Amino acid sequence: MEHPVTVENLTVAYHQKPVLREVEFSVPKGKLIGIVGPNGAGKSTLIKSILGLIPRASGEVQIFGKPYKQERRRIGYVPQRESVDWDFPTSALDVVLMGRYGHIGWFRRPSSKDKALAMSALEKVGMADYADRQISQLSGGQQQRVFLARALAQDAEIYFMDEPFVGVDAATEKAIIALLTELKHQGKTVLVVHHDLQTVTEYFDWVLLLNIRLIEFGPTEEVFTAENLQKTYGGRLSLLQESGNLSAFKA
Amino acid sequence: MESLWLILSDPNTRWVLAACVLLGLSSGVLGCFALLRKHSLLGDAFAHAALPGICIAFMLVGSKSITLFLIGAVVAGLLAAACIQAITRYSRIKEDTALGLVLSVFFGFGIVLLTKIQQSANGNQSGLDSFLFGKAASLVGTDVKVMMGVAAVLLFVCWLFFKEFKLLSFDPGFGRGLGLPMGLFNALLMLLIVLAVVIGLQAVGVVLMAAMLIIPALAARYWTERLDRMIVLAGLFGALSGAAGTLVSSLTYNMPTGPVIVLCATALFLLSLIVAPQRGLAVKGMRRIKLRSRIAEENLLQSLYDLAEKDLLAGRLRPGIGYRIAQLIERRPTAPKAALRTLRRLHRDGLVKRVGAAQGLETRWMLTDKGGELAYELTLHQRMWEIFNMYEGVLGSFKWDGRQGGLAEQLPPEVLQEVDRLLDAHELKPRLTFAGGGRA
Amino acid sequence: MSYELWVILTGALVASSCSFIGCWLILRRMAMLGDAISHTALPGIVIAFLISHSLDSWAMLIGAAVFGLLTTFLVQTLHQSGVQSDAAIGVTFTSLFAVGVVLVSVYARDVHIDLAHVLYGEIAYVPWNQLVVGGVELGPRAVWMVGGTFLLSLAVIGLLYKEFKITSFDPALAAALGLPVTLLHYILMTLVSMTTVSAFESVGAILVVAMLIVPGATAYLLTDRLGIMLGMSCIIGIVTAVIGYYAAVLLNASIAGAMTTTAGTLFLLAFLFSPSHGVVMKWRAKRRLAN
Repeated sequence: MEHPVTVENLTVAYHQKPVLREVEFSVPKGKLIGIVGPNGAGKSTLIKSILGLIPRASGEVQIFGKPYKQERRRIGYVPQRESVDWDFPTSALDVVLMGRYGHIGWFRRPSSKDKALAMSALEKVGMADYADRQISQLSGGQQQRVFLARALAQDAEIYFMDEPFVGVDAATEKAIIALLTELKHQGKTVLVVHHDLQTVTEYFDWVLLLNIRLIEFGPTEEVFTAENLQKTYGGRLSLLQESGNLSAFKA
Repeated sequence: MESLWLILSDPNTRWVLAACVLLGLSSGVLGCFALLRKHSLLGDAFAHAALPGICIAFMLVGSKSITLFLIGAVVAGLLAAACIQAITRYSRIKEDTALGLVLSVFFGFGIVLLTKIQQSANGNQSGLDSFLFGKAASLVGTDVKVMMGVAAVLLFVCWLFFKEFKLLSFDPGFGRGLGLPMGLFNALLMLLIVLAVVIGLQAVGVVLMAAMLIIPALAARYWTERLDRMIVLAGLFGALSGAAGTLVSSLTYNMPTGPVIVLCATALFLLSLIVAPQRGLAVKGMRRIKLRSRIAEENLLQSLYDLAEKDLLAGRLRPGIGYRIAQLIERRPTAPKAALRTLRRLHRDGLVKRVGAAQGLETRWMLTDKGGELAYELTLHQRMWEIFNMYEGVLGSFKWDGRQGGLAEQLPPEVLQEVDRLLDAHELKPRLTFAGGGRA
Repeated sequence: MSYELWVILTGALVASSCSFIGCWLILRRMAMLGDAISHTALPGIVIAFLISHSLDSWAMLIGAAVFGLLTTFLVQTLHQSGVQSDAAIGVTFTSLFAVGVVLVSVYARDVHIDLAHVLYGEIAYVPWNQLVVGGVELGPRAVWMVGGTFLLSLAVIGLLYKEFKITSFDPALAAALGLPVTLLHYILMTLVSMTTVSAFESVGAILVVAMLIVPGATAYLLTDRLGIMLGMSCIIGIVTAVIGYYAAVLLNASIAGAMTTTAGTLFLLAFLFSPSHGVVMKWRAKRRLAN
């Protein structure tokens, strides 16, 4: 059984400041994985460099043991919500349909099957009623759900999500988690850049602790320990504890 | 040379020369603020929007008068600025579209007015045509005197409000926080830019006026990191292009002045782009090549260090232990041949030495004391960054300047001490020290 | 067909082909790149003329397309080497335009290009320049040129509709899906330069910009669907051309200028009274909510 994602010696440098140094890990199949670390640790950079959106100084990425480019279709991506112009004249359903473009191929139009798939993706995130809405008329949480539905429509085996919980309401957060769990049960692998330490144990099976280099990677109960968090966050940890952000976490 | 003196002895040419130098100077200076405010293309919009203003001024008076033209152009320019602002604020249309929209609609309306004027009796003497492409030769003494007055006012106001404009270009939010009327200063700056555009219109024309605002300022940006010097340089570049353009075009048959001035400015820009110290492409390219080979060197040094440190911690480190390229590559993959080349370079610099007699790819290598010291510093540097990410507050207001030497040398002593303690606490301190070695 | 109808047809074709391609520029926030390309068509035309020694439309089309791509390339290169994007556009198009003007002046005896017409064109002369094949007059050359490029953009964008849509909306996802984002950008810019140059001789550089931007921006305020925006911008363009022509006749003024002014007026109406995005409508909705 090949690993869904294998990253070898990944280094990203920007001028003289290291952004990511020699990151290596292999992701097991069918897990919900949180990528956690302080600001500036390179979490988004890790995802983007795996997807080839920013150049790597060195390193290899393999998807199911093959080069990334060959296996692109097996990957779904949810960028940060602010990365697009929500004034774009298009409907929620249309955005979800974009997830099918990788499968449709050049020149061809989305078929009625694609549209049905997109519609059922919208249903899964509870947005079927908003299919015809112009996207700027949706709330932040609804926009995030549309993005998620688009990733579902990609029908991928591995998902990369960049901070899907930022700026969403509690209901959306719950809906997203339910969805991620369902994906996991379907045997899919999901990697999520995550900010909120308090919810890590609740949401994720595995954790990747990152601070420029890879600090630890493994099952949450083994890796998400006081010692490892101290290694990752250091002085910020006490701040987080004081602010109650870590109240759920027993050292 | 003789023909140059001959041309300069003509009083009319002297006026034209003075006008072009002035326009270069003032638009260079104002262009700096426009560039830093990311409003470079606003000058383009103002220049196009001036056309209907000038036409209306002409229609009202019926004769050519530079003062009235100035007023008409300024009113139209400010109206255009207001339109752009209203469109971006009250609709979903973004700034670039608003800019192009206002620019072209104002200009189209100006063309309608222009055709009406040309049909009227005194239309042909209006000289309005010269505004489209600029006709420096049509400038007369009175025009230039008005231009001098306006340019003097522009430069004086810039000097007077230098620090307010600086704040406006850099951080208007902060200025507002200080209680300064940033909106007012923004309006004043717009007015000054409109005036600078209007001065230049007659000499270089509608389309090319934007160039005078953008290019000298952009060229100056390459030579300095300070706003005051940038402004002086931009003014200088602008004036120089104005002078050179005028002279070249008066020495050549049938050569329009405006485009030549612009091309002189472009030549200055290209020169700056390539040869400027620090920011120039030549220096940057060289730096990139050097950086690449330095990273390769640093990687190998660190790999040698890692291997030795590992052996030290396992109690296996004996004097004279060396490592093969295959082992080094395993830690940080590169092509073996490239690694060998880099190692030879390091050897030449006395940073590594050979162990044993094996040759080529089989050679065993180890760090010299000098190389070990350097590898220690590199490892320390990288681990310090990890600490900074963990403890945001540690650095305080300190900013590391990579060009000024190592991180450890620049850190204030109390920060260094604290970082040192944290490195210890996280067991991140490099363990292997060499003779003369690191700061333990 | 009468003289008048040919002029209106040319204007309508120019307006609809420009606004169709212009919608994409607006959505990609590249309106000023369109402005730049429409200016740099001048050196392209002059150099094409100096090489081919003819005012043949095809040579000019190729010359302008090459310069359009050159402009796009220079802007991108300057931007990548650290020049902010607005300044990169400004430097590139003014410098190339200056080269064009200098070339026209130097070769004034050989090149019969009237610079004023480069800026604001002369659509009134269009019907006199007929395309003649085998002795049969087939209508004005300009109509064939503009119509041909319009059909080409319709075909290319029709085939690559979803690709252009996704690269405009979310280039990061497009790149992650493996779409050649840069190639698509250059294809679009080639279409922009060809559209520009074919419209050039009838309406001139500045008014090409107006047609590229204004009808598209108007449509953008009236609809929330990309397909409808594209179609609507073409219709607005045609309406603009018709009203503009009769306004010009009425006022006895420049036709192209009048068309631009009309386009601006229609935009102002949409800006104020668009049912969904108009300032007045939004203000009234807000007041109703307050009561």
